[in-house]
Amino acid sequence: MISPATLSALLRHRLVWPVGVLVLLIVGNLVFTPSFLSIEVREGHLYGSLIDILRSAAPLALVALGMTLVIATGGIDLSVGSVVAISGAVACWWIVGLGDQNSLGGVLGAVALALGLSLLLGAGNGLLVAAVGIQPIIATLILMVAGRGVAQLVTDGQIITVNSGPYEVIGKDYWLTFPVSVLIVAVMVAGTLVLTRRTALGLLIESVGGNPTASRLAGVNARRLTVLVYVFAGFCAGLAGLIVSSNVSSADGNNAGNLIELDAILAVVIGGTALAGGRFSVLGSVIGALVIKTLDITIYTIGVPTNTTLLFKAIVVVVLCLAQSPAFRARVLGRRRRGPDVPDPAPPTARTEVPV
Amino acid sequence: MTDLETRTPPAATATGVRGRGYRPNQRHVPVLATLGLLVLMYGVGVVNYEGFSDTQIVLNIFVDNAFLLVVAVGMTFVILTGGIDLSVGAVVALTTLIAAELLNAGWPAAVVLPLVLLVGTTIGLGMGCIIHFFEVQPFIATLAGMFLARGLCFLISDASVPIADPFWTGVAQQRLAFGGFFVSISAVVAVLVVLVAAYVLAYTRFGRTVYAVGGNPQSAGLMGLPVGRTRIVVYTISGFCSALGGVLLSFYMLSGYSLHAQGMELDAIAAVVIGGTLLTGGSGYLFGTVLGVLVYGLIQTIITFQGDLSSWWTRIVIGVLLLAFILLQRLVTHRTHR
Repeated sequence: MISPATLSALLRHRLVWPVGVLVLLIVGNLVFTPSFLSIEVREGHLYGSLIDILRSAAPLALVALGMTLVIATGGIDLSVGSVVAISGAVACWWIVGLGDQNSLGGVLGAVALALGLSLLLGAGNGLLVAAVGIQPIIATLILMVAGRGVAQLVTDGQIITVNSGPYEVIGKDYWLTFPVSVLIVAVMVAGTLVLTRRTALGLLIESVGGNPTASRLAGVNARRLTVLVYVFAGFCAGLAGLIVSSNVSSADGNNAGNLIELDAILAVVIGGTALAGGRFSVLGSVIGALVIKTLDITIYTIGVPTNTTLLFKAIVVVVLCLAQSPAFRARVLGRRRRGPDVPDPAPPTARTEVPV
Repeated sequence: MTDLETRTPPAATATGVRGRGYRPNQRHVPVLATLGLLVLMYGVGVVNYEGFSDTQIVLNIFVDNAFLLVVAVGMTFVILTGGIDLSVGAVVALTTLIAAELLNAGWPAAVVLPLVLLVGTTIGLGMGCIIHFFEVQPFIATLAGMFLARGLCFLISDASVPIADPFWTGVAQQRLAFGGFFVSISAVVAVLVVLVAAYVLAYTRFGRTVYAVGGNPQSAGLMGLPVGRTRIVVYTISGFCSALGGVLLSFYMLSGYSLHAQGMELDAIAAVVIGGTLLTGGSGYLFGTVLGVLVYGLIQTIITFQGDLSSWWTRIVIGVLLLAFILLQRLVTHRTHR
C-alpha cells in the first residue's frame, strides 16, 4: 500500500506529468494496435514499435540533452539544427574523400573531425554569449543562419551518399541486441546525470541560470560555465548529426536537422525545465523527446493526417507556456482555487502543486 | 530572458552628460556603417559587373524584396520595444495560402484582401496579449505562434495552390513605368508602408512611447506611459505587416504554399539588425531597416551577377554581416554608456 503522503509526494514529483503523458500516449496506441508493446528478438536484434520510437528519438534526445543545460543557464541555442547538418556533412565529405570508405581509421578520423568542429562551433556560441555579452537568441541565430549555408557548401548543395560499413555502425547497427544509437544516448544521459547530480556542477549551472550576477559574486565562474554548456550543446548536436546521417548513409545539408531546435525546445519544456533558467531536469528532457516521437508515431499509426502534427505541437507549446507562466496561474488557477467571491486577484500564497 | 544583463542600469544614463556633444553621432554610427557598406557593395558591383550600374537594378531590389521590406518594418517596431517576433514567416505563408484557397473557392478579391489582413492582425494581437497579460517571453510566445500558423498552413493544404484571380494577376503584372524604368505595385505599397511607419515612429506620441518602452519599460511605466498597450500594439502591427507582406508575396509568386517564406523571420531580423536597430530596444531608425533590406537584396543581386556562386552563399554572407553588426552594436553601446 502507498500511504497518501507518499502518493502526494509522488504526484508533486516534477517527472510525473511528462511520464503521465508518455504512458497515456502508449496506452492510447495499445488500443489501436494491440501488438504495440511487444518486443521480439529477430536475427539477434530487438524489434518492435517501442524500439522504433527509441531509435527515432535518439538524435532528438541528444539535442534536447544539450539544450537542457543551455536553457538551465537562462540561454537558448537555436543553432543546433545547423550543427546537426554540418556535422553529418563534414563526416560524409571526409569519408567520401577516403580511398577506402570501409577503413576504420578513416571513419574514426571523420567522426573526430565532425565532433571537433561541433565543439568549436559550440565554443563560438558560448564566447559570443558569455564574453561578448550578446543575447543568446541572437548569438545562436547567427550560426543558425550561416551554418545552414556552410552545410550546403560542404555538400555542394547535393546529398552526399557514403557506403561505409564502420560509419553505418553509429546509426544503424546493434550491439548486444540493442541499437547502437540508443546506447550512445544512454551513455551520454548517464554521464550528464552523474556530472550534474553527483557533483556540484548541476547546482552551479542552476545558480547561473537563477541569477548570473549573484552567482558570480558568490564566486561561481559564470562565464566559464556558460561557455561550457554551449560547447556541450554543440557536442550533443554534432553527435546527433552523426547518428542522423549514419542512419541514412548520406548527408543532406539542406534538410538534416531542420527544425530540430524547435522540437528540442519543446522536449525540454515538456520535461519540466523552466525556460527562464535556474531549474532543469535531464531525465525530463529525454522523456520529453520520447513523448514527441511517440506522438509522431501515434499520428502515423492511427491514421490521422500527418499535417496536423505541427498544429498539435503548437497547441501543446501554448498550453505548456501558459501553465509555466506565473501570471497565468495567478489569474486562472489562483482565482478558481479561491472561489469567485474573492475580488482581490492577489497571487495565491499557497504553492500551486503543478510543477510543469 | 537576459533582461538582467542587457538592460542598462538607470544610473548609467546620468553619466551621459559628459559626452553630450558626441552622443547623437554615436546613435548614428550603426546606420552610417550600413550606408557605407551599401555604397561599398554597390561600387564593387558597378566596377566588377557589366550592366550593374543600370538604375533598374536598384529598382529591382525593391521589386524583388517588397514583401521582406514590409515584414521588416513590422519587425522594427517589435525590436524597438526590446521584443522579437519569430512568427512572421509563418504568418506570411498562412496569408498566401488562405488568400489562394479563398480566391480559388470563388470569393471576390475585395473580400479576401481585408480578410487575410485581419487574420494576420488577429494572430499578432493574440501573441501580444499572451506576452503582456501572461508575462510569457516574446520569444516563446511568438515561437508558439509560428508553430500555430505553420500548423494551420499544413492543415489547409500541403501542396502549392496557384492563384488565377484576375485582380491578383492584374496587380502582379502591372508595371508602373516612369522615364524608361519600372516598378511593381508591390514595391510602391512597400515604400508607402515605410513612409507611414517612419512618420509614426518619428512624429507621433505612439512612436515615442515605443522608443521609451524599449529604452526602459520600468521608467516608461513610472512616467505614466501605456507600456502594456504599446507592447500589444507593436505585435499587432507586426502581425498586420506580416499579413500585408504575405499578400505582396502572393502577388509576386501568384501562389499560396505552406512552405513559402521559410526562414523569413531570420531575414527580417537580420535586415533590422544590419540596419542598426539595437536588439535590446530603444534605439534605431526605420531608415536603417530599409538599408538593411537593400544590403540583403544587393547581396543576392551580386551573387546572381557573379553567376558561379551558389545561393547558399547568401546565407553565409548574411550570417557574417549579422555577426559583424552585432559586434559593432556592442562596441557602440559600451562606449555610449561609459
